[in-house]
Amino acid sequence: MISAFLAGLPLEAATPADLLAARQQMALSLGWHIVFACFGVGMPLITLIAEVLGIRTGDPVYRLLARRWAKVMGVLFAVGAVSGTILSFEMGILWPGLMGTYGQVIGLPFSLEGIAFFIEAIFVGIYLYGWDRLPPKVHALTGVPIVIAGVASAFFVVTANAWMNQPTGFSEADGRVITVDPWAAMFNPATPPQTTHMIVAAFMVAGFGMASVYAVAMLRGRRDRYHRLGFTIPFTLAAILTPVQIVVGDWAAKFLHERQPIKLAAIEGVFESGKHVPLHLGGIVIDGEMRYAIEIPSGLSLLAGNKPSTHIVGLNTVPEADQPPVNIVHLAFQSMVAIGFALLALSAVFAFVWWRRRRLPETPWFWRAAALAGAGAAFAVEAGWVTTEVGRQPWVVYGVLRTADAVNPAPGLRWGFYLVTAVYVVLTVITIVVLRRMTRSTPVPDEITNADVEAVH
Amino acid sequence: MEAAYLAVMWGGLTLYLLLGGADFGAGIWDLVAGGPERGRRQRDLIARTIGPVWEANHVWLIFVIVLMWTGFPPVFAAVSSTLYIPLTLVALGIIGRGSAFVFRKASVQVEHQRLFGAVFALSSLLTPFFLGVSAGAVAGGRVPPGIAEGDLVTSWINPTALACGVLTVCVTAYLAAVYLTREAEREGEADLAAQFRRRALVSGVITGAVAIAALLVLRSDARALYDALLSGPGLVLVIVSVVAGVVSLLLLVLRRFLAVRLTAALAVAAMLWGWGAAQYPEMLPGLTAAEAAAHDAVLTASLGALGVGALLLVPSMIWMFRIFQRSDEPAQHG
Ligand code: HDD
Ligand code: HEM
Ligand code: HEM
Repeated sequence: MISAFLAGLPLEAATPADLLAARQQMALSLGWHIVFACFGVGMPLITLIAEVLGIRTGDPVYRLLARRWAKVMGVLFAVGAVSGTILSFEMGILWPGLMGTYGQVIGLPFSLEGIAFFIEAIFVGIYLYGWDRLPPKVHALTGVPIVIAGVASAFFVVTANAWMNQPTGFSEADGRVITVDPWAAMFNPATPPQTTHMIVAAFMVAGFGMASVYAVAMLRGRRDRYHRLGFTIPFTLAAILTPVQIVVGDWAAKFLHERQPIKLAAIEGVFESGKHVPLHLGGIVIDGEMRYAIEIPSGLSLLAGNKPSTHIVGLNTVPEADQPPVNIVHLAFQSMVAIGFALLALSAVFAFVWWRRRRLPETPWFWRAAALAGAGAAFAVEAGWVTTEVGRQPWVVYGVLRTADAVNPAPGLRWGFYLVTAVYVVLTVITIVVLRRMTRSTPVPDEITNADVEAVH
Repeated sequence: MEAAYLAVMWGGLTLYLLLGGADFGAGIWDLVAGGPERGRRQRDLIARTIGPVWEANHVWLIFVIVLMWTGFPPVFAAVSSTLYIPLTLVALGIIGRGSAFVFRKASVQVEHQRLFGAVFALSSLLTPFFLGVSAGAVAGGRVPPGIAEGDLVTSWINPTALACGVLTVCVTAYLAAVYLTREAEREGEADLAAQFRRRALVSGVITGAVAIAALLVLRSDARALYDALLSGPGLVLVIVSVVAGVVSLLLLVLRRFLAVRLTAALAVAAMLWGWGAAQYPEMLPGLTAAEAAAHDAVLTASLGALGVGALLLVPSMIWMFRIFQRSDEPAQHG
């Protein structure tokens, strides 16, 4: 029996319904966690900027912004932490075939992540509850470890995912792991582009997300200094990062061309290998052929290899059973890129008006678009992850372990999925209601004084 | 190497029980604090005490899970696949506890506070119960190696597992009562201190009785573990636990609230290590720690990382507890 489980093979297969449920449960939990994680990574920096500006200028507006943001951060953090804990359980509950064999290979980044979580949780406790107990400068300094630990934890966990895309740092015989180099597994080839892309994405989601709240207020006519600054600080950060993100996304795509060509082929709906492969905008795959797409001649070859004659590997080079579902991946990728360029346009308008007129844009169209930017950025992150994860199918570890062999073969897995879904629906509704009530129950006064700042608890 | 690694992991589990466990226990006292008016001051004390620290304390659980899948991957796979039902309930309990706690703090209307408070308190009861049940399933030898090899239901619905669940709940409530007594005293709330002292005494006696009952359950249901607990290093730790438990009751009677924190924690920790010692080196039936362990390269890298991490963590953690234990500062406003 021991040899059977060491081989990491489930002794009986899960039903297709249970496999589907497990995948959906994982996708739901990750897709949910990632939104809070983005705020966990990005919001501390933005709050800290406001706090430092407040200390420097003594301006109560900055100080009030910092305190109110910190309060929201407290709620988001707690929800992010519990949803992350669920993920740790699910790695084992849903994917024992993955963890039982390869848990040790990706263990190191998770151990390091554990340290980062500790640092984060400790300093979040001090930061949130320490306003009245610490001198202002010391208090601001306690925000720095939160920022560093948040970025570090995003880095570590994404290295684990990058390893699933580019499994390195171990050797196997008879389905048993016989040597492990945990550092090589962590710093696998996919780590640089994926971690960079994700960390930039986190700051974009937090920045555009926070700015969206104030854009809505602007549309409702609240254009006082508090709301203007509440918009400008996070929006500026996110706007600066948007062009960076597009360059990094291009890097990620070029990386796929070199290392995971089947995923790239799925992203673009390319079935036959060849040179001068066009880029498909829109379109849908029917009967193994891309239809209704706008084609940019040689576009994909150019993007992937910088010259039109670049050879692109098509899906038909692998058996049908090894091809990911093309339409989902193609649609998800297109949505991400479209949102990326829409956010770039929005950032450009903002920068242009600031450059020429030294003020915020006035047209309601800008504010309407800005009000949607946060949701858009979050949607781009979800779409990006669908691209990455579904594009890797049918593998959970690329070329090494199939998702169907990783899943828990115990019956009834889908009931857990229904239960978890119900809990997440309730949790989503309550989180939104609580955050709305929190901001509405204490309206921002027209003239902000230091007393208003002290009153935030 | 795997013995050192296992000891670190068990140390993490101990700290989770002593710190995170007490946060759950505090939630249990919230459950029985009485109506909104009568129970308000108790609830405020509980919220003030666990508010700044519960998230950090909670990380110990994640720490243990991650160390387990890194260091003993087949054990992690076997435990989480066979016990997926109680572990899913633990996971939902953790969501309920954490989110309801912050939601209650963030809401202003009394009805909302009551609703979130009820969820917080109820999940504080259920989470340690199912965690204890899962531990008891392993202790009772009901989780065989392999993926989903154990019975999905009887592995955790059996006398040993249920006894461990009840014992875990008692332990967390007892620890919380002991800590809160001192907390109330430090804040100068003498009547609350008296109340929690009474609760600590009562729950301490009950915990001791449940522990003895659990031992009798083991005798008929998990004889091997019972024998190992009453011989060799297991026995030594059981004796330490009993002595520390009795001393704690005496210290409570004598109102030495600071000292009793240490002895109560020792009693609980010795119980946990007694289990570990009794079972070592077997982690699951027929699977020893050495057989289950990851490669030395992995264990060394993880322990090395934790060693370096500890240099950052220990001072931060001490600083955190000191900031929130300083009594000369203005009280928290919650
Ligand atoms: C704010 C969010 C955001 C925006 C605007 C973009 N992306 Fe992205 N993208 C992500 C957020 C994201 C992500 C959620 O963070 C992913 C999922 C996995 C990852 O590492 O990053 C991702 C994955 C991802 C992948 C798959 C990587 C892999 O599987 O290894 C590619 C090829 C791109 N992106 C390319 C782009 C391009 C060409 C963009 C140009 C507009 C772009 N992304 C904008
Ligand atoms: C946080 C951002 C992430 C999101 C939104 C995400 C999204 C998804 C989605 C959509 C699936 C389902 C794939 C399918 O049904 O075909 C999935 C599966 C999975 N993901 Fe991710 N993922 C994320 C990050 C990660 C990370 C960091 C890890 C591991 C360290 C991971 C591990 C897995 C596993 C084990 C599965 C199940 C196997 C599979 O279906 O491929 N994911 N994820
Ligand atoms: C790309 C994906 C991910 C990113 C960027 C990310 C980032 C973060 C961050 C910044 C936090 C801190 C809490 C917060 O900010 O709300 C957090 C919490 C957490 N995450 Fe994730 N995470 C990701 C995916 C995962 C996955 C796949 C797992 C587990 C397998 C996981 C496990 C956890 C856990 C256990 C916590 C709670 C830590 C605590 O109690 O403080 N995360 N995550």
